[in-house]
Amino acid sequence: MLDRRLLFLAAIALAAVIAFMTLGLRGNVAFILQLRGLKLLALVQVAVSIAISTVLFQTVTANRILTPSIMGLDALYLFGQTALVFLLGGFGYASLNTGVKFGVEVLLMVALAMVLLWPLLRNRMDMNLMLLMGVTLGLLFRSLSALLSRLLDPNAFAIVQTVSFANFNTLRADLTVLGTIVTFGAALLCWRARHVLDVIGLGRETAIGLGVNWTKAAAGLLMLVAVLVAVSTALVGPVAFFGLLVAALAERLMGTQRHATLLPAAALMGIVVLVGGQTVSQHGLGGASTLGVVIEFAGGLAFLLLLILGSRK
Amino acid sequence: MIQIENVSLSYREVPILSDITLSLGKGGITALVGPNGAGKSTLLSLIARLQPLQTGRILVDSLPVNSTASRILARRLAILRQGGAIASRLTVRQLVGFGRFPHHQGRPCAGDIAAVEAALEQFELQALAERFIDTLSGGQRQRAMVAMTFCQGTDYLLLDEPLNNLDMFHARQLMRSLRTIADERQRTAIIVLHDINQAATYADRIVAMRDGRVIADGTPATVLTEDNLEAVFGYRMQIRQIDGTPLVLQHL
Amino acid sequence: MTDIRTSGKWMTKLAACAAFVMLVILSIFIGAGEFSPWQAIHDPAALQLFFASRLPRTVAAALTGAALSIAGLIMQALVRNRFVEPSTAGTAQSAALGILIMTLVFPAASLAMKTLFASILALLGTSIFMMTAHRLPPAQPYLVPLFGLVYGGVIGAVVTFVGWQTELLQFIDIWTNGEFSGVVRGRYELLWGTALMAAIAWWVADRLTVLSLGRDVSIGLGLSYQRTLQLGLVIVSAISALTVVIVGIIPFVGLVVPNLVSRILGDNLRGTIPWVGLSGATLVLGCDVLGRLLRYPYEIPVATVMGVVGAILFLRLMFTRATHA
Repeated sequence: MLDRRLLFLAAIALAAVIAFMTLGLRGNVAFILQLRGLKLLALVQVAVSIAISTVLFQTVTANRILTPSIMGLDALYLFGQTALVFLLGGFGYASLNTGVKFGVEVLLMVALAMVLLWPLLRNRMDMNLMLLMGVTLGLLFRSLSALLSRLLDPNAFAIVQTVSFANFNTLRADLTVLGTIVTFGAALLCWRARHVLDVIGLGRETAIGLGVNWTKAAAGLLMLVAVLVAVSTALVGPVAFFGLLVAALAERLMGTQRHATLLPAAALMGIVVLVGGQTVSQHGLGGASTLGVVIEFAGGLAFLLLLILGSRK
Repeated sequence: MIQIENVSLSYREVPILSDITLSLGKGGITALVGPNGAGKSTLLSLIARLQPLQTGRILVDSLPVNSTASRILARRLAILRQGGAIASRLTVRQLVGFGRFPHHQGRPCAGDIAAVEAALEQFELQALAERFIDTLSGGQRQRAMVAMTFCQGTDYLLLDEPLNNLDMFHARQLMRSLRTIADERQRTAIIVLHDINQAATYADRIVAMRDGRVIADGTPATVLTEDNLEAVFGYRMQIRQIDGTPLVLQHL
Repeated sequence: MTDIRTSGKWMTKLAACAAFVMLVILSIFIGAGEFSPWQAIHDPAALQLFFASRLPRTVAAALTGAALSIAGLIMQALVRNRFVEPSTAGTAQSAALGILIMTLVFPAASLAMKTLFASILALLGTSIFMMTAHRLPPAQPYLVPLFGLVYGGVIGAVVTFVGWQTELLQFIDIWTNGEFSGVVRGRYELLWGTALMAAIAWWVADRLTVLSLGRDVSIGLGLSYQRTLQLGLVIVSAISALTVVIVGIIPFVGLVVPNLVSRILGDNLRGTIPWVGLSGATLVLGCDVLGRLLRYPYEIPVATVMGVVGAILFLRLMFTRATHA
């Protein structure tokens, strides 16, 4: 008994995908389709990984306004990357195998995320303070990356530059396959755990009372979130409010917090916004490079709205 | 003299005050009593021009509060609101010193400094004078706020539940200080009180309110009757007379 | 007891003065061009360097640091929240938007005209922030700075978007990423306007302190609440616009410095404004000198250095406060 709204969302997502693939086809059709297919795969994968990581993060913090990137996680990833370039040098970095590099970066990030976020989860700090600290951490990592990249030589600097801005046009094929595998695995894992996630979303005390091994579950979820953020950030760079926008929209539309509905809805919503947005910006107004800025703008407004609405209660 | 004439106020079409007319003469202590939501605090903030009047008018020494310059009124009346959290890191002496602001606008003279010292002494705050207010307990902070209001040196003092957070000793002390300045310097205090026995003991006049209306008005002996109190607070309480002062057994 | 505390305060004040003087000297003698005290006396070319570049740069850094810190202090009094400052409340971003609009619509306008327009937009943006901030529940002190940060981010996104569309991105980088390397004689003198603003702030310091006690207390003490609020807003907006136009956005200065000074000296603005200004000047000078030294002879913009130093200091402030409360 699938929800009709979910079907509706799936239909729009499909329409967006078809539009993306077919609009303005000219010239060497087979070549363009192949190129677009790869790009589509990357976009879908980014949308799904950000949507899922946001929902998971909100569940484990029992809070519907936090997102990994608001807590500075994607800035942390970038910092890790810059630090790697700084330590290994531009050449050393470039000669690393993509998989190894990715693995090292993810590990680095998971470790740092655990160190930074674990105390916040344990001590149940004031929510706004936690958010403020997260935003500041994000600023700190961004400045640290900027500082480090100024210390690099120009060649290494160029390498960092290409990865540190949200960019939906120059997607990297080598990471797409890897990312798709990771995202698919994570999605499967979440789907199987959807009922446990419902309980965890009730908060730490209630979850423990209902027999969940909270420490283990929360640690596992945080790690999963870190991996997913690493995947999406590696592909397109940081997108601060995209996850929040998508998760909030999905929740509004579905009117439920049950993960069996929320997870697929958020993923589909992510595809609609990202693939649809990319199609519109490529063929409609604005030119292709502006989608990131527009998403930031709309997501930021959504955040402010949620903040004000939430404080009114 | 404070004249309140036909004052009504509503907030989002909910009436808060309905056609209040009162005249509060110079000198003495008037206690406003009544259950939560009776409109006592609202009436006080209207007199102190913290809220705009909707209908009616209020005169302080025949100055209309809504059209007189705020600076001039600040030399005639001082108000202490409840629960105004002060976030600034000021020392107690600095905070009390700002009570003199209406008189010197930032350039204090010797008289102002003396007034601050007197207020610190009156409320036993000398030992705390150099402490920052965010390091004080709730009761100490309340005393500092009261001292600041006293220090303003106005003829009229409007105090909204000043006994909040104060222990018995300092609550009594404050009421006695009010009595002293009322008797010796002909100051006027209008004070919202929840402890009806403090009102009975120290006030010259009690105005009992409920649902934005004045239910009873007069000396403690005339207002504090079983019928009046039931009309205001909604239950019957016993009253004893001790040395001619009514004592309400409100807790029974 | 009191004696120890007051003498401790004097030691801190003395140390602050010494640090300031030292950094001024460092700032004058550090840079890509060769310049030493010996040359200052004998070599007219070196003297030229001193008057054309080193002195203006040092003055600009000190003025900017002092003014931004004082603007932060005033903002915190106006909003009654310790965790706000012009660059986290949309003020600086609105100013940048103002310059961008002027550059697009009236490219021929003078720098002063651009600054004026930037001030007006900064005023507008800050007023919207203030109106919203006053509506947020006062029981949640961290909500206001959070709102401000994201609000500033949204305006920043508009600036970036317009810049992208009009291919002015490099200019935007100059306005949003503060640095002093472009400061030479004849290009920074407008910054003295911030000193004027700071002086006005000091003149009305008592009113601003009363304002920080809240609306009810202010009116009770006969302060014209609205007018003082507006005056404070004008000072903050003008300082922001001037610094954004001439050196660009420098984050965290206005946030960190007033908080640190308030720990020692409290919040009586009459007494603290000079020290807030001095400490802010010292911090920005220090970060600028650091930026010049880290990768000598190249330079790292002061905003980047401050982004790291300021963020760490700010996190510390939040953390200690959270554990105290």
